[in-house]
Amino acid sequence: MIWLVYDGSFEGLLTTVFEVYEYKWPEIHIRKEGMAVPPLFAEIRHVVTDDEKAKRVWKKLIGLFGPSGVRTLWISWLSELETIEETILEVIRYGLKLQQHVLNDFGNLHVLQLQQAVKSVGREKHRMEAFVRFQLTKDAIYFSVIEPDFNVLPLILSHFRDRYADQKWFIYDSRRAYGIYYDLERAELVDFIPNALLSPNGLSSEAFSENEMLFQKLWKDYFKSTNIVGRKNIQLHVQHVPKRYWKYLVEKRL
Amino acid sequence: MQERIQEKLNILADSAKYDVSCSSSGSDRKNENKGLGNASASGICHTYTEDGRCVSLLKILLTNHCIFDCAYCVSRKSNDVKRAAFTVQEVVDLTIGFYRRNYIEGLFLSSGIFKDADTTMERLVRVAKKLRLEHGFNGYIHLKTIPGASNELMHEAGLYADRLSVNIELPTERGLKLLAPDKTFETMEKPMGFISETLTALNDTRKLIVSTPKFAPAGQSTQVIIGATDESDREIIQTADRFYRGFNLKRVYYSGYVPVLSDDRLPSLSMQVPLLRENRLYQADWLMRFYGFGAHEILDDSNPNLDLEIDPKFGWALRNLHLFPLDINKADLELILRVPGIGVRSAQKIVAARKFGNLGWENLRKLGISLNRARYFIVCKDRALETKDYSAETLRHLVLATANSKFSQLHGTQTSLFG
Repeated sequence: MIWLVYDGSFEGLLTTVFEVYEYKWPEIHIRKEGMAVPPLFAEIRHVVTDDEKAKRVWKKLIGLFGPSGVRTLWISWLSELETIEETILEVIRYGLKLQQHVLNDFGNLHVLQLQQAVKSVGREKHRMEAFVRFQLTKDAIYFSVIEPDFNVLPLILSHFRDRYADQKWFIYDSRRAYGIYYDLERAELVDFIPNALLSPNGLSSEAFSENEMLFQKLWKDYFKSTNIVGRKNIQLHVQHVPKRYWKYLVEKRL
Repeated sequence: MQERIQEKLNILADSAKYDVSCSSSGSDRKNENKGLGNASASGICHTYTEDGRCVSLLKILLTNHCIFDCAYCVSRKSNDVKRAAFTVQEVVDLTIGFYRRNYIEGLFLSSGIFKDADTTMERLVRVAKKLRLEHGFNGYIHLKTIPGASNELMHEAGLYADRLSVNIELPTERGLKLLAPDKTFETMEKPMGFISETLTALNDTRKLIVSTPKFAPAGQSTQVIIGATDESDREIIQTADRFYRGFNLKRVYYSGYVPVLSDDRLPSLSMQVPLLRENRLYQADWLMRFYGFGAHEILDDSNPNLDLEIDPKFGWALRNLHLFPLDINKADLELILRVPGIGVRSAQKIVAARKFGNLGWENLRKLGISLNRARYFIVCKDRALETKDYSAETLRHLVLATANSKFSQLHGTQTSLFG
């Protein structure tokens, strides 16, 4: 069995798909560079990302699945699930075989797996749109740290750009070490974090504006007053607000 | 100064929490010219209270000073509670401050009637107007209208708010007479009618003149308190149905009465309405709004109250066994929607997937259908799981015996209440 290792970019994956057909490999595994180590005696081939090959696959896929279908493939890929590349490849193979837009064939195992990944990513995207909590810095930047299970920053960019068009903001994914920075002109994915925001041992409280602590206090108060004590239902609460997010939520921090 | 704001927020959020509307969906207000905010059509819950309810909006009263004396209300005139009032600017600053930090989708503003209806309503409108015009705010605004306010003010409110609500509070006229002597169905329905007519009129105009201003784009809603008087579920559902049809309401909310006051006319402080009843009413409401059921199909003379043990769709199916089993690979979407255990999305997926070939049990299971109930009502490509001619009573037992209901805890409280 051949293990194809690509650089972890979507273009890299498209190049890989191209080469699977180019070299007519019957059975293969696909992994991102740096992910789980293949078995000791596996034959490993590194795929070099090639814009030309990627473009040709992209065009073919647009013809087969339409722009929204290709977006669906891309969203499933953002799940970063260990074998998602193989699932995507199987769906492409299935679509090519039938020469049809097969993404609604929920009866097909690979399509179903892909759609389930899309659903998980979608849920997390929605959660991040809800759970981002901005803190206002002295430099007038609204700053937030998140740690999503899936790589959803590219998906939430437009939501925050449309919503907070008149304030500077920065959302940082601490798990993947990159963020989105909006400077009143454009929102872009960036792989730095302003030094003013992060001290070696985390956020420095001096970085924040005078009013910031007041608003956090008011929000915590509001969260408390709006609760009906006689109806306490922690199980339901935790189901909606999973504990792994608590450390980033003002109202759930002590 | 800071402490005073904190105190006001505590008092005025605390007394607003019994209004159950929390939705921030259905508006299409767009951020133009680099303003603040953009209403999300699907709505966003930003957090959940410890009792499990969604927090989407900053829900507060402008003031809890009130000249009315409704028996069920914490803010009623004769109740001895701490009173407070926000200024217009304070509400605006709180809303903007919370919104910029992504705590909320917008504002739900309600008020005690501190003076006559128009004076109170005018103050609510002023908050919305200031947010929109001075701060370029495009987030969600829900205003609770004041009974008896003039049409002019209602019209202005609709220009700045995304949603307006007129809470009828009690589902029957006799309930109103008993607990809210200052209100009648007539005074509630007049503003509902006005909002509904204005919406229709402006929507018609918009077809010709695109620049026609938006009027309450997320429509109107109302709330009924249940269990404070002795009405049946059937009366509640019929009232809701009448509002959905008559005034084109987007939502009716059901609020199980939380005993907060001791009053001879009210259930005693220890008699809390079972949460399960509230839950079943919402399920029945969904059946009307999304599943094509009529109110008369859900409850009738011989079944005036919802079954607390089983969901209303399963209850309906047990009374209509002659319509089943349904062939999942052939039946129309409207009929698949009526199968217990199959939700709207699953039904749509079934219809999409079967174009590629007939579905079997394994496919259905993987689509996320709860076969626990559905298996008795459908057939598919594979050999039937259950084709026996069970009686309704037997089916009910079979399902209940295998069901591990997520509401079993609520059941416990409920049986002990009546036990």
